[in-house]
Amino acid sequence: MYSFKFHHAKNLVNASELLAGNAEAKLLAGGQSLLASMKLRLNNPSALIDLKALVDLSGIKISPNEVVVGAMTRHAQVAGSIEVQNAIPGLHHLAGSIADRMVRNMGTLGGSLANSDPSADYPAATLALNSTIDTNRRSIAADDFFKGLFQTALNDSEIITQVRFLIPKRSAYVKFKHPASRYAVVGVFIADFGHEVRVAVTGAASCVFRHAEMESALIKDMSINSIADIKTPTSNLNCDIFADEEYRSYLVTRMAIKAVEKINQL
Amino acid sequence: MVSVSININGKVEMPSVEERTLLVNFIRDNCRLTGTHIGCDTAQCGACTVHLNGKAIKSCNVLALQADGSNVKTIESLIQTDGNMHPMQIAFNEEHALQCGYCTPGMIMSALSLLEMYPNPSEDLIREQISSNICRCTGYHNIVKAIKSTAVKMYSAK
Repeated sequence: MYSFKFHHAKNLVNASELLAGNAEAKLLAGGQSLLASMKLRLNNPSALIDLKALVDLSGIKISPNEVVVGAMTRHAQVAGSIEVQNAIPGLHHLAGSIADRMVRNMGTLGGSLANSDPSADYPAATLALNSTIDTNRRSIAADDFFKGLFQTALNDSEIITQVRFLIPKRSAYVKFKHPASRYAVVGVFIADFGHEVRVAVTGAASCVFRHAEMESALIKDMSINSIADIKTPTSNLNCDIFADEEYRSYLVTRMAIKAVEKINQL
Repeated sequence: MVSVSININGKVEMPSVEERTLLVNFIRDNCRLTGTHIGCDTAQCGACTVHLNGKAIKSCNVLALQADGSNVKTIESLIQTDGNMHPMQIAFNEEHALQCGYCTPGMIMSALSLLEMYPNPSEDLIREQISSNICRCTGYHNIVKAIKSTAVKMYSAK
């Protein structure tokens, strides 16, 4: 790891000022992806701005239509919330499936979304649940948030404060996980809102994406048969030592089938 | 260099460290508590597991500065006031839950936090929950047995 300066942000304004004054600085939420990439010298920030003291950004609120999760809420808090389990079982299950118990005790929702790792779990829920990402500047619809490999709509000094997940009628998340890191080789989140079905796929491509063909099939018929023959084109899919494009394409359909099975058991 | 203050096993340590110092290096090099091991150094193997404010974390993936002002407990904290080993350590010994022992401190710190969350875990739950820790001697059967027998001993009386 290269050396850097370290700042304990006192509050949101202070964090934003520190960030605005230093183009090469990065926010430190849980650090579970950031520190790993810095150790590999893939990331070389001049300074880290620790958000740990911003306790206002941590917590879960449930309204009739939304589950609102603060950006600094640890994965373990969401995974341990009975309220989230009752409101959006798919989101609750997803949070408990991220990495492992130790990583979940550090990692945060805001950190996961801002990083936008192609294999991260939370982007799938955020996109499928038609969520809104609130920042210190504005509100961003999930459909406009994820821009590409580690790319988001966030500006340089913008900080995620909370995410508002819409509560669907039914939802499920299934992933084929890497056995050591538990990252999603492919993960599929399906949310059934009644008037709309949203299918978000993570792990398969450079960035989370919605699967339009599956969405239009599942709104007509929420069954395995309606998607079993859908083949995801391999042209934009990831290829690495764990899974090539063909296999990832196969996994998208398989994980979607399993998610539909789960939804139909609810 | 910056100063950092961390309560480790009940003793406050306040050395000056480089900002980039990882918690595991702080524990091993600054505090000379070498029971906490560095295995993969990528937050996958769990050999560096310690408790930060009561919660298990992987100390190779946390900066010492992130633990500033916090309480950290390492494997060395488990020694009992009478000098005996902790029941989990005794169970690992009795069940032959270690061969080389490299993963053991992390396994035990992980297992203790597991039992705090799930006092009466099933075998399947134990296997799922300790997938956070890798044993390259692959002695998982006996590790699972040791955790189960500790759960029975520690929590059945409650």
